[in-house]
Amino acid sequence: MRVLGIETSCDETGVALYDTERGLLADALYSQVAMHADFGGVVPELASRDHVRRLLPLIEQVLDEAGIARDGIDAIAYTAGPGLIGALMVGAATAHGLARALGVPVLGVHHMEGHLLAPMLEPSPPEFPFVALLVSGGHTQLIDVTDLGDYRLLGESVDDAAGEAFDKVAKMLGLSYPGGPAVAELASRGDPARLRFPRPMTDRPGLDFSFSGLKTHTLTALRTLDAGGELDDQARADVARAFEEAVVDTLIIKCRRALEYSARSRLVAAGGVSANRRLRERLQPGLRKSVENAEVFYPRGRFCTDNGAMIAYAGALRLAAGEHDPEGPRLTARWPLERLAAPARERIS
Amino acid sequence: MTEHLLLALDASSSACSVALWRGDASGRGELFHRYEIAPRQHTQKLLPMVDAVLDEAGVALSSIDAFAYGHGPGSFTGIRIAAGVAQGLAFGAGRALLGVSTLEALALDAYLRHGAELVLAALDARMGELYAGAFRIEREAGWTRAVGLDDQQVIAPCALRLPAAVPGDFFGAGAGFDHLESFDAGVRARITRSEAAVEPDARAIALIAARGYFLGLARPPAEVQPVYLRNEVATRSQRGPLD
Repeated sequence: MRVLGIETSCDETGVALYDTERGLLADALYSQVAMHADFGGVVPELASRDHVRRLLPLIEQVLDEAGIARDGIDAIAYTAGPGLIGALMVGAATAHGLARALGVPVLGVHHMEGHLLAPMLEPSPPEFPFVALLVSGGHTQLIDVTDLGDYRLLGESVDDAAGEAFDKVAKMLGLSYPGGPAVAELASRGDPARLRFPRPMTDRPGLDFSFSGLKTHTLTALRTLDAGGELDDQARADVARAFEEAVVDTLIIKCRRALEYSARSRLVAAGGVSANRRLRERLQPGLRKSVENAEVFYPRGRFCTDNGAMIAYAGALRLAAGEHDPEGPRLTARWPLERLAAPARERIS
Repeated sequence: MTEHLLLALDASSSACSVALWRGDASGRGELFHRYEIAPRQHTQKLLPMVDAVLDEAGVALSSIDAFAYGHGPGSFTGIRIAAGVAQGLAFGAGRALLGVSTLEALALDAYLRHGAELVLAALDARMGELYAGAFRIEREAGWTRAVGLDDQQVIAPCALRLPAAVPGDFFGAGAGFDHLESFDAGVRARITRSEAAVEPDARAIALIAARGYFLGLARPPAEVQPVYLRNEVATRSQRGPLD
C-alpha cells in the first residue's frame, strides 16, 4: 500500500510517499522559517497562507521523484492535530478533496505519534516497547510506548517546551529564529567552566520538566554581564554554553529516570531538539550510567523536525489496520497523545 | 453542442455551498445546488454536498470537466478550506481549476434574484473595514456576467466611493450593508436598494466559472490561489533582545 503523507501543523509543509512493501519512496519539505524569522515566531495566518501555496507543488514533486502517477496513491494520511488549527485545515481539506477524487481512504494522524514513530524509518529501527522523549518547540514529553497506539504520558513540561526556551534565549542573544541551531553553534565556542546554570526540577522526584525559570536565569545572567560591561562575544558564547548544558543535563537526568521507572532499555528521542549535537553526544553515555544496556534511537536529522514522512508512516500503520475517516476531517488543535487508541487488532490482516 | 460539467464550491462566509453546472458553450445550462448556513462546519459539509449534487445530476466525479471555488475575499480560513478541497478534487481528477471572486458572485446573484443592473458588492472585513467592488451586469452571446468597474479593495466604509464615470443607482449586495450608516452620504444616496442578509453562493460562482472555462481561463490547480485582499496580517517585532 502506497500512502501519501501530508504535514501542515505549524511552519513546515511536508509531503512524503511511503510504501508498506518498499519503504519510503520520496519526501519533500518546504520550511517557512525564513518567512517567520522577521516576526520572531510563527505567525499563524502567514503559515496557513503559505501551506496553500506549497502543498500541491510538493505533492507533485514527491510523485515525480517516486515515479508514481497520482492514481498510484492507495491512501492518504494527514496531520489532524495537535497544531495551529488554520494550518491543519489546509492539509485536511486538500487530503479529503484528493482522497474523494482518487476514491481512496484518508486518515487524520496524531502529529506526536508521527514524531515518536519517525525512528522506525531508519535502517535499525527500535522494537516496542520503548520510552520516547518528544522534545521540540511545542513539546517536552516523556512517553512510555508499549505498542502502536498504547501510550502513557510519564512526564512533560509544566511551562515552556525545551525548544521554546532555545528560541527565547536565542532572541536574548540577538540570534536568529529558530533558536536551536543558532544557540548550539554559539555554545560550541563557549567555556563550559565559566558559568553553571540550574538543572530545573532535577532535585526532586518526578518526570516533569520546567524550562521557564532557566530562561529567566539566562536573561538575568546576560543583564548582569551587560551591566558590568562584560557582555562581549565570548561572554555570550559562555552563556549559550551554560544554557545548553543545563538543558541537556536536565533531559538526560529525566530520561534516565524514565527508563528506570518504566524498566525499559530503549529510548527514542525525536522532535527538533533531538537534533542537538551535545544531546546526541551525551545522551546514550549518560543513560548508561545507571541503565547499562540503554540504547538511544533517533530519526535522521531532517526527520527530527516536522516532516511528511513520519505522517505517511504513522498513517500507513493505522490505514493498514483498516482505520480511516469516512465522516470528513476531524481536527484537534489540543490533543493529548494518551487519548489515541490502538488500531482494532482483529482488523490487522 | 457538447455538454460540459463544472463543479463549484464556496466556503468564504458562514454559508457553505456547492453547485454543479451542466451546459454548453452557448451559455445554456442547468444547475444542481446545495446551500446551507453552517458556521465552522465547512470541512464537514463540503464533500457530502458535492456527493449530493453529483447524485442528483446522476453524474460521477470523474466526468467533471473543471472545478471552481470562491477564491475570496471573505473568511481567510473558509477560503482556504474551499481552496484545499477544490485543489484536491481537481488535482485528483486531473482537471483544471478556476478561482472566482466572491464579490463578483454577489453581484451576479443580485442580478439573478433582483434584476439589479449596477451592483456594489460589500462584505464585512471586520476591523472597521469592508471588502468591496462595483459591478455592471452585461450580456454577451448567451452569457450574463458582472463586469468589475473598479479594483476590488479592503477599505473603511466612509472612504468607499462609487465609480465617478458610471451614472445611475446601485444595488447594494452583501453583509457589508449592515454598516450602511457608516457609508459616505454621496454613496448612500445612490444605493437605492440593498440586501445585507445574503452570502456568496456557489451557484453564481458556477455560472461565472462556466463562462471562464469556455474562454480557456481554467488553470492547473496549484496555480489557483486564494485572493485575500487584506495582506497586512502581522507586525514585525520592535523589541530589543534584552527587553
